Amino acid sequence: MRVLVALLSGSLFGAGLLLSGMTDTTKVQGWLDVFGAWDPTLAFVMGGAILPMLVAWRLTTKGAPMTGGTFPDLPRPELDHRLITGSVLFGMGWGLAGLCPGPAMASLTFGGIGGLIFVLSMLAGMSFAPKLGSQLDRLAAAT
Amino acid sequence: MPMDWIWGLIGGLLIGAGGAVLLLGNGRVMGASGILGGLVDRSGWGNAAERAAFVIGVIATPLLMIQIFGLQADTHLTSNWFVVIAAGLLVGTGTRIANGCTSGHGVCGISRFSLRGIVATVFYILAGGLTLVLFRHILGMI
Repeated sequence: MRVLVALLSGSLFGAGLLLSGMTDTTKVQGWLDVFGAWDPTLAFVMGGAILPMLVAWRLTTKGAPMTGGTFPDLPRPELDHRLITGSVLFGMGWGLAGLCPGPAMASLTFGGIGGLIFVLSMLAGMSFAPKLGSQLDRLAAAT
Repeated sequence: MPMDWIWGLIGGLLIGAGGAVLLLGNGRVMGASGILGGLVDRSGWGNAAERAAFVIGVIATPLLMIQIFGLQADTHLTSNWFVVIAAGLLVGTGTRIANGCTSGHGVCGISRFSLRGIVATVFYILAGGLTLVLFRHILGMI
């Protein structure tokens, strides 16, 4: 059951990414490029995506997930160096190529060899991240 | 252009519906980088089947829609492979170090008014905008 829920969730996510235009890097870079032909589509996508989630979070205040277990333990609102450094690194890559992890996966079947290279590089980056994260922790502790 | 905004809103609602299904169904936060990254670094192998099913849905559904509805889809990704590889590495490491990307920190974080989600989103949008302006308008590389 949990696997089916995850499949349905991923399917809705993938369908939404395609229909919203977020698998098109020109739309994402159009949003980020305030000195070019600025494209506000991403704001509509974000706004649209936040609406159902507002309702969903409200519903987590009581009860339990449909398949059992409990609703997630959410991290305390601490701003640490990992959050900032990681987000800056991610943003740099996002700006360079116009792809983030969701759309990179969703466009895998039509993104050609370039899309495949991006995903493989992203997976490589994800495999280095734990080590790089610990290095950053040591650096932050030393300064 | 306004037609693109309407499709953006419709697609956005579907993305949010996907997040709501995963949260209310399985009690999980829908973060693309976390779901995928947990498979890559083995931290999420305890529920690998769920993660794999999500990833299969994300990859296969756009293909099915393109086939069934005859949609046109193109990523318009740069053909500069150096940029593609560098960007992929940055996105992979950055999202895992920050513990979230556009879906986890952006969609799921902002919608519960999470300070971490909002701060992460501000930083990746600023970094993305500055990087794009630097490489496109100043260096002329992309």
